[in-house]
Order: sequence, then C-alpha cells, then structure tokens
Amino acid sequence: MTPASGNPLVRLNRVRFAYGEREILHDVDLTVHRGQVVAIMGGSGSGKTTLLRLIGGQLRADAGTVEVDGQDMGHLSVSALYALRRRMGMLFQFGALFTDMNVFDNVAFPLREHTALPAELIRDLVLMKLHAVGLRGAAALMPSELSGGMARRVALARAVALDPMLMLYDEPFAGLDPISLGTIGHLIRRLNDALGAASIMVTHDVQASLDLVDYVYFVSEGGIVAHGTPAEIRASDDPFVHQFVHAEADGPVPFHYPAPPLASLLDEVPT
Amino acid sequence: MSRTTLDLWVGLFVALGFAALVFLAVKVGSYTDAPGGATYTVEAAFDNIGGLKARAPVKSAGVVVGRVGGIRFDSQSYRAIVRLDLHGGYEFPTDTSASILTSGLLGEQYIGLDPGAESDILKDGDKLQITQSAVVLEKLIGQFLFNKAAEAPAQGASAQ
Amino acid sequence: MNALLRRIGAMTIDGLWRLGFMARFFFALLRYSGQSFRRLPLTIREIYFSGVLSLLIILVSGLFVGLVLGLQGYDILQRFGSSDALGIMVALSLLRELGPVVAGLLFASRAGSAVTAEIGLMKTTEQLQAMDMMAVNPIARVVAPRFWGGVISMPLLAAMFSAMGIFGGWLIGVVAIGVDDGAFWSQMRASVDFRYDIVNGTIKSFVFGVAVSLIAVFEGYDCQPTAEGVSRAITRTVVSSALVILALDFVLTSFMFRGL
Repeated sequence: MTPASGNPLVRLNRVRFAYGEREILHDVDLTVHRGQVVAIMGGSGSGKTTLLRLIGGQLRADAGTVEVDGQDMGHLSVSALYALRRRMGMLFQFGALFTDMNVFDNVAFPLREHTALPAELIRDLVLMKLHAVGLRGAAALMPSELSGGMARRVALARAVALDPMLMLYDEPFAGLDPISLGTIGHLIRRLNDALGAASIMVTHDVQASLDLVDYVYFVSEGGIVAHGTPAEIRASDDPFVHQFVHAEADGPVPFHYPAPPLASLLDEVPT
Repeated sequence: MSRTTLDLWVGLFVALGFAALVFLAVKVGSYTDAPGGATYTVEAAFDNIGGLKARAPVKSAGVVVGRVGGIRFDSQSYRAIVRLDLHGGYEFPTDTSASILTSGLLGEQYIGLDPGAESDILKDGDKLQITQSAVVLEKLIGQFLFNKAAEAPAQGASAQ
Repeated sequence: MNALLRRIGAMTIDGLWRLGFMARFFFALLRYSGQSFRRLPLTIREIYFSGVLSLLIILVSGLFVGLVLGLQGYDILQRFGSSDALGIMVALSLLRELGPVVAGLLFASRAGSAVTAEIGLMKTTEQLQAMDMMAVNPIARVVAPRFWGGVISMPLLAAMFSAMGIFGGWLIGVVAIGVDDGAFWSQMRASVDFRYDIVNGTIKSFVFGVAVSLIAVFEGYDCQPTAEGVSRAITRTVVSSALVILALDFVLTSFMFRGL
C-alpha cells in the first residue's frame, strides 16, 4: 500500500446505500490519498458505479460518511457541493460530450461557465488541454465525427479543464479497441501525476488497470471483499480475487442469479 | 450557425411577430372601449330585453357610445335591469329614453338612446326612466292575429 | 376485481407523484430562470429553434386555415344574405380560437417534441449528469432557456398565424369571390374589439405557450434514459400538450367570453 501521507482526500466510513428496500452498498470503507490512482473493481451490478456517485455527491449515503477533502458529502448545501465539484473532474462511460457543440467548445465549457477569463486565454488553455490528450487538431470537429476513443479523450480534456484535485472515471475502458485503451490508461496515469490529483476509476477491466493503478478495491454484492496493491492482488489466493483476475465463470461470484434450487421448483409442478 | 446569423433570424422573427400583433390591433380590431377612457354607469329597467346580451353596443344617433355592462333580473319588480357603461366623453340629458333595437332583420340587438330635452345631464349611478322593450316576434304575431281588424296598440310599436 | 382496484390505485398514486414532481420541477425551473435572462444568447438560441424553425409550418397552416374559413364562412353566410360579415367571422374565429389553439397544437408537435427529444437525448447520453458534475445546474443551463424560448415564441407565432389566416380569408372572400373589400374590413373592425378579442386571444396563446413548454421540458427531463424512453417521452409531449391545450382552452374561454 502506498504510504498514507497526511489526511486522505477521499474517505468512506461504513457507508450504506439503498434504493428503497433494495440494498446496494453496505459497510463500505475506502480511502484515497493524493497522488494515488485507485481502481474499484467488481462485476456488473455489484454497486461500484453507485460508489462513484456517492463520492461525486450525486447520491447521498443512507448511513456512514463520505468525506471528500475533509467535507462530509451528506451534509453539503447545493452551493457548497457545486463549489466542491468545481475541483472534481468526472469522465463518463461514453464521454458524455455535448453533442450540440464542437470539440473546442466542449472543452471550453467549464472554463466559460466558471471563470471570467478573456477569450484568448480560454483559447490557449483549451488548446493546451487538447494538446495534452493529443487532439489539438480535432478542435473544430463535432462529437459525432469522433471515434469512441477520441470522444473519451476529449471528455478527459474537458474533465481536467479546471485542473481538478480529484478525478472520477466511470468505466474508462469500456468498449475501446486495444490501442485506444492503452492511450486512455496512459493518459489517466500521466494526468494524475501532472496534476498531483487523486483518481478513482470504476472498471471491470482487470489487466488494463492493474498495470497503472496504485491500489485496488474489489466490490461484490455491495461490500468490499478484497483490497490491496496490484502486486498483492496478482499474488492473492483469495477465491474471489482469483476468480475475477482470471475471469472464471463460476466461483464466489455465482454463475446463477439467486433462485430456489431447481429440484424444489420441479417438485412444485402441479400433479 | 454563427451567432450573428442566429441573432438576425431571431430578430426578424420577433419583429415579424410584433408586426402581426400590430396588424391585428390596428387593421383588424378597434378600440371601441379604449382602456383608460373613463366610463360612467347608468341603469335602465326593461319589461323584456329579448335577445340582448352583455357587451352589446349602446348607440345614439348610430354612434357607439358605450356597452351593456351587465344584465340581471329584479325579483321585486320582475323586470330586467340593464347596466349601461357609457363613455365619459358623451353626455345625455336625464330624460333620455332607452330602447332595445335590432340591427337588420337578423342582426344583433343593441340599445338605442334618444336624448330628451332636460338641461341636467346623467351622472354615474342614475336610472333611465323611459324605456322601451324589445320587440318579441311571437307576441307581435299573436297580437296581430287577435286584433286583425283593430290597429295594433301603441305599446307594441314596431322598432323598425 | 382486487387486481383492477390495485391497478387503479397504483395509477392514481403514480399520477399524483408525477404531478407533484412536475410542480417541484416547475418551481426549480422558475428559481433558476434568472440565468436564461442574464445570459440572453442562451435564450435567443432557443427562440431560434422553437420559434424561427416553426415559422414556416405556422405561416403555411395559417394561410390554409384562413382560406378554408373564407370558403366555408362565405358558403354559410351567403345563405343568410350576410356575406359582408365574412371578415367578422374569419377574424373572430381566428383571434379567439383557431389562432391560439391550432398554433399551439402545431407548436407542440414541431417545437415541443424537438425540445423533449433534445433534453431526453442529453439525459440518455449522460450530458445532463456531466453538466451537473461540472457544477453547472442543468435546469438553469439547459431547461430554463428552452422553456423561456418557447414561452416567448408561442404568442408571436399565434399572432402570425391569425394574421396569415385573416389574409387567407381576405384572399378567398374579397379577391376570389368578390365580397366587397370595404365591407370586409369595416365590418371586421366594427366587431373585433382590441381588448376583448385580441388581448384575450394573446393571453390564451401565452398560457398555451407556458403549458406546452413546461410539458416539453419536463417530459424530456423526466424520461427513461433509453432510446425507447425518449421516444415514449416525445409521444407523451405531443399527446398531453394537445389534451392540455384543448382543456385549458375550454377553461379560459368560459372565463373570458362568458358574457356572450
């Protein structure tokens, strides 16, 4: 584990979250320090995206505390939450670029909304951000003209436009070809180190992420079942981690959706 | 689409919209009871108002001088009380008479005012003393049938 | 029976819940409307999309409605020998009813559906969430300008519809059939009252504009974030706008023109 220096940037303490009766997360403890890239892994529907939304303040925990930069997300006013979010960047699964603006305006959007900078300065900043993701030449294109990988890089440039202290990634590798995947992974690491920020990514892409993250949390059925550095994870003999890392069909994550045993069902067939 | 083209189109659109409103206001409509022009109200009681409706015009010598403000039934006298909103600019003597007339054979009914000879003028809240009811066609025909030989009585004099 | 009652109950609760949510949404919309006036270009853009782009359909439909009114009106009026009153009939039916109502229905299907589709797609592709995560309130930035763009456009469109319709009635009545030009206009002017007919008609179109725009932005904002959800939301916008326009028209008419 990367040594804990000072206060953690993000700290979840015994967090529980439920949609009505349906419990999504329970007893989640999680810590992220500045400079770290942390991956949250788990199968589909394990609650990892919910975890990301709790950290981003889009959802509020039913119990326990979610702290970001020392502030309790559960008790922030809307304006305080927005003030905090200006220092966060989030990359959505498919980029979520504004389809009615071109690439340049997309990246300029947070700058124009939150700063009163003169147009020339915004132009320079936007081109710098686009340059960092290698798409300075695409500034005039519309989002519909971009490939999936390019769209995500533009979205990444937009997310870091205000130099955030915390980056959140929702499935950054989903649906990318191997080259784009490598590019995005490389960018996530480089931007994090350049900004001195912390990054949290939700992913189920084990191989791509183990190479670039500092720490991994495994989520299953709403709880943290394992955590450790990539080296520890690779060497782990925990059955769940083993199943996940080696992509086995059955194991602690059951192949079957919970159901009464087939035999009992067959008995109920009316005679 | 650049900002200036967009602004131009929207400007054109808004101008066109207001042009349409002005056209409607000036060419299509008229300010018969222009807001701001003060009105005063007098009342007149009729035995029968026929088909008179609220907001029907009040005319004198063919000029619209006001509108019917409201109609109610007075259960003491069993007559219809018609409220007339007259334009402040027009003055009438206190012995003005009101009659319910019809414009054309099938036209709308309106109130006609015939000025009298008094020197005092009507004020807000006054009552018109002399009124003439609407001609009810059925009554007219009935009278005609029963009094074939005789002259129609003065009370049912035709409005035409 | 039991199941039927349960379904009725569930539908009622669901309907009430949505209505309450819509009311809260409307208040949030009004609260964050300041920005759509402080940053006028946002609203101007939406006036372009809901107003200017609806112009053609409104003008053409207005012309045809006027032409038909001219023909039908003349046919009916000349039976009573009062074809001079054609101008009155055309103008009053357009100003009081057809202008606001038909323009409102066209506006709902042209601009309202487009607004629902746009906001629904922004929701489906997580653009609204992304905006929210960038500390930009999507109600202030996306919803309010579209709402006010529609509210501003609608009365202007209805006025243009009526003006165009009267022009169409004049074309048929005066130019084609030969009703006296002077009688057409003077009868119309004598019977159409500015405050009573024109202002009331404009109030109607304003109310319809508010209703249609609110429904359009709400359905878009509230839609299920899937392709199917967006298409269902568009259908709901058009259907409920039409119903609300006709129902509101009845209510407003019974208040405005009660005396006649």
